[in-house]
Amino acid sequence: MRDFRNPRYKVLRDREECIECDLCVRQCANEVHYRDKKTGALRADSMKCVNCQRCTLLCPTRALAITRWPQVDAGSAVWTEGAMDDITAQAQTGGVLLASMGNPKSYHIYWEHLLLNASQVTNPSIDPLREPMETRVVLGSRPSKLRVNERTRTVVSPLPPQLSCDVPVMFSAMSFGSVSLNTQKALALAARELGTYFNCGEGGLHRDLEPYADRAIVQVASGRFGVDPHYLNAGAAIEIKIGQGAKPGIGGHLPGEKINEEVSRTRMIPEGTDAISPAPHHDIYSIEDLRQLIFSLKEATGYAKPVAVKVAAVHNVAAIASGMARAGADIIVLDGFRGGTGAAPKRIRDNVGIPIELALAAVDERLRQEGIRSTVSLVASGTLRNAADVVRAVALGADAVSIGSAALIAMGCHQCGDCASGRCNWGIATQRADLVSRLAPEAAAERVVNLVSGWNREIQEMMGGMGINAIDSLRGNRLMLRGVGLNEKELEILGVKYAGE
Amino acid sequence: MYDFDRPRTARPDAAGTGVVAGSARLAPCDRHPRAPREGDVRIPAGCAIAAIMDRSGARHDGSDILRSIALMHDRSNGLGGGFAAYGIYPEYEELYAFHIMYESDEARRETEAYLDTYFMSEKQERIPTEPVASIKNPPDIWRYFAAPHPMRLAASGLDEAEYTMAHVFHINGKIDGAFVASSGKNMGAFKGVGYPEDIGAFYRICDYDAWAWTAHGRFPTNTPGWWGGAHPFTLLNWSVVHNGEISSYDANRRYVEQFGYDCELQTDTEVITYLFDLLSRRHGLSPELAAHIMTAPAWDEIDAMDAADAAFETALRTTYASALVNGPFSVILGSSEGLLAINDRLKLRALMAAEKGSMVYMASEQAAIELVCPDAENMRAIGGGEPFVVQLDSVVAAKAAADADAENDPHNAPLAHEVGVLPRRKEA
Repeated sequence: MRDFRNPRYKVLRDREECIECDLCVRQCANEVHYRDKKTGALRADSMKCVNCQRCTLLCPTRALAITRWPQVDAGSAVWTEGAMDDITAQAQTGGVLLASMGNPKSYHIYWEHLLLNASQVTNPSIDPLREPMETRVVLGSRPSKLRVNERTRTVVSPLPPQLSCDVPVMFSAMSFGSVSLNTQKALALAARELGTYFNCGEGGLHRDLEPYADRAIVQVASGRFGVDPHYLNAGAAIEIKIGQGAKPGIGGHLPGEKINEEVSRTRMIPEGTDAISPAPHHDIYSIEDLRQLIFSLKEATGYAKPVAVKVAAVHNVAAIASGMARAGADIIVLDGFRGGTGAAPKRIRDNVGIPIELALAAVDERLRQEGIRSTVSLVASGTLRNAADVVRAVALGADAVSIGSAALIAMGCHQCGDCASGRCNWGIATQRADLVSRLAPEAAAERVVNLVSGWNREIQEMMGGMGINAIDSLRGNRLMLRGVGLNEKELEILGVKYAGE
Repeated sequence: MYDFDRPRTARPDAAGTGVVAGSARLAPCDRHPRAPREGDVRIPAGCAIAAIMDRSGARHDGSDILRSIALMHDRSNGLGGGFAAYGIYPEYEELYAFHIMYESDEARRETEAYLDTYFMSEKQERIPTEPVASIKNPPDIWRYFAAPHPMRLAASGLDEAEYTMAHVFHINGKIDGAFVASSGKNMGAFKGVGYPEDIGAFYRICDYDAWAWTAHGRFPTNTPGWWGGAHPFTLLNWSVVHNGEISSYDANRRYVEQFGYDCELQTDTEVITYLFDLLSRRHGLSPELAAHIMTAPAWDEIDAMDAADAAFETALRTTYASALVNGPFSVILGSSEGLLAINDRLKLRALMAAEKGSMVYMASEQAAIELVCPDAENMRAIGGGEPFVVQLDSVVAAKAAADADAENDPHNAPLAHEVGVLPRRKEA
C-alpha cells in the first residue's frame, strides 16, 4: 500500500563540507544514508529518518543537519499533520499505533510553575562549600515511634530493612530486552559510584550484573520474568511493578525477535518466543492480594529486603497509595504520565494517567491526613529533567526520585522516540550486537555519574540558599515553593501558595 | 485528632471580604485592611532569650530575669516580650493553671462556659497587672486553677495531658478572641506586646517566686500586635523561648500535624514545642534525646561511629527524619524537670551559659548573664547540636534512684481512670 505520509524530517547535507567518508552510512541503522547504486552518489532517504542525531553528531565535518519536513499543513489547527499522519498510518495498517519514550504532548509541566525560595536577612543562607550539606536519603518503612533504651543506646525493636542513597536520585526500571545489557551495566556502574540504586526492570538480572546486585532493585512484574529465589535475594530491594506512567493499565509485549539467547536466559523463557506481560498481575485482583504478594516476597527473602510497589499516577492514586502503604509496601513508587517507555500504544501513552507533580502532592497529603506518611517512603518518577525538578519533587513530598530518560539522554539518547524498532543507533534500546557495542558501559557510566553529581551539587546549592543543610528538612517543605501561572485548584492540590503570598 | 471540633488550620476567607475568618478576636479597629496577625501569615522574627534556674529548687523573684532580658533591649523591637515561670503556684500544684487572654467579654463567657463543662475550677481570678505607659490596649487576662472533669475525662478515653491539650487547642482554634497563654501545672506564662521589661512590669513578675524563669524579647519582621503571638509559647508544662528562624518549618509542621497538633500560629516556637511534646511526652523519649533528634548528628559523623552507635543513631535519624530542625535557632525549653537549651547543628545563633553554685544562667548575650551574676563561673557558648540540660537536683536524684530499665514505653499502661471501670480487666 502506498504510504500517504510525508517524511517527518529532512536530511540536509552540506556538500561543501561533506568529505564522503561514509561514516553516516555505516552509523545509521535505519539506512537513511546510502550510496546510490547507479551513480555512487551519497544520498539520504528522509522517510526513514527518526532524528536520533547520531549522524549529525558523529559527522567529522559537521556536514549534516536534520530539519523538519518543509511541507506546510492545511492550515487547520484541528487536522494537523500529526493528527493526519496517525490516521493515515492506521488506515494503512489497521493496527494499534505504537510509540516510545514519554508523552510528547504539550500538557502543563507543573515543575515550570513552581518557584523555589531563598533566605534573605532573617535567616542566613548556607554555603555548601563551607558547611556540610546532606543529601543522603534512607528509604524503607519505619515505625511512627521508636522503642529505645536510652541508657544502653540501643533500639529495642530493630528497624525494618532500609535502602541508603547518598544522592536523592535513583535510576528507573529499564529491563534487559527493552534496553541493552551495556545500558544496564552503565547504570549499575553509575549507581555504585554514586551510592544509589539501579533497577533491573522486569526482565531478570543478567549474570553479568550480579557483581552489582547490592546496588540493584530487582523487579517483579506481571510476567514474572527471571523471578526465582536467587533473583529475589540477589538485589538490595524488590519492586513490584503494578503499572508504569507511560502505559497505565496495560501490560507489555517484547516480540520474539528480540528474545535472543542472552535475553532468553535472563528472562527464563524460550528463545524466540514473545515475552508477554499481562495487563494485571493475575494473582492481584484487589488490594488484599497485593498484601499477599508483598508478604510472599518478604517471606522469600527473610524480611531482609524492602519491598517497593510501583504504580502509574492515575486518577485515584492517593487512595491507591494509601492502600499500598497499609498492604505492607515499604516504598511507594509513583510514575507520572510523562514517564518514558521502550514501547507503548500511542493512545495510551498520550492520554492515560495524570502528571507526577499533582499525583505526588495528592499522595503525600493523603498519607499525612491518615497519619502514615512518616512510616513509608515515597519515590517520584516521570520527567525529572534537572536538579530544580528534584528539589521541587522533594519539597512536594518525595523522599527521592528516579530518573530514566535523563540517564539515557546522558548516555546519548536524543529522544527520537523510536525505541520500539530495536534500531537504536546509540546502542541503548536495541539488542543488535553491532549497535550495542557502540555503547561502552564505562564511558556511558561516566556521563551518568557526571550528570547526577552535577545535579547533586545544584541541589546542595539550592538547599543552602534556603538555609537548609539536610534534605530531610526539604521533604514536604512546601513553603519553599510558590506557584506562578496556576489556578486556585491547582494550588490547592499542590499545597502551595501563590508567588507574592 | 480527637474530635473536639478539630480547629481549622486554614481560615478561608469564605465571605470574600478580604478579612480572614477568625479576625473577630481582634479588638475592633479602624485600620482597613488590617495587617495580618500571627496565624494568618508566617512572620519571621529575631529575638533575645534568657533563663535563670536554681537547681536546688529554691525560688527567686523575677527581678534578675527582668534585668537580664532588659539589657538586651536592642534585640527586640517592642512587638513582643514574655516570661515563663516554674514553681509559682505551689498551693495549686496539682491543678492545671490556665492563663487565658480575652479580647472581649463574649470570649470570656464562652470560654468559661466551655471550661465549666470540661474542667472543675477551684479558683479563677483576673491576673493582677500594673499600668505601664508603653503597654497599650492589653487584653483581659485571667487565670484558672482547674482539674479535668473526672467523668468527662474518663469518657474521653484520653489521659489527663491529652485531654487538656485537646481542650486548649479547641479554645485557641475555635473561640474567637480567647487565647490560652499557658496550661501547665505550677507554672505560668506572662507575655504580651511590648518590650519584655515593660511586659514584666505590667505583670508584676517581681512579685512571683519561681525556681526557673525564662524570658523572651521579640523582633518580628512586621507588626501583628497580637498578645497571643508573643512568646514564650507553651503547652501543658512545656514552655519554649526561641531565637531564630527555622527553614525546616513546613516539613516539621506537616510532620507534627499527622499526630493531631494544629499549628495555628505558624511560628517556629509553636512547632518546636509540639515536637518536644510529641517526642518526649507522647513517645516517652527524654527531652535530651528529643533535642538530639531535632539536631541529629551528620551522616558523616554517624558513618564514623562504631557499629552499635551507628545503628542507634541511624534508627533515630531514619524514624524521625522529619523532626530534624534546620536553620538558625537557639531554644530554651522549660519543663517541670528543668531547662534544656539547644542550638542548631551549625551553631548559627548565639547562646551563652554560666553557673554559680546552684544557679544556672543562660542568655543570648554574655553581658546579660554578667549583669545579674558578675562572678558567674563556667561561662561558655552552648555548642551546635549539643543539648545543654539543667535539671532540678530532686529530678536528678529521682532518676538516679529509679532502677527501672530505661526503655521508653509510651502509653502502654492502662490509663489511671480506666482501672476502676467495670468489668475489671482480668489478669493475664
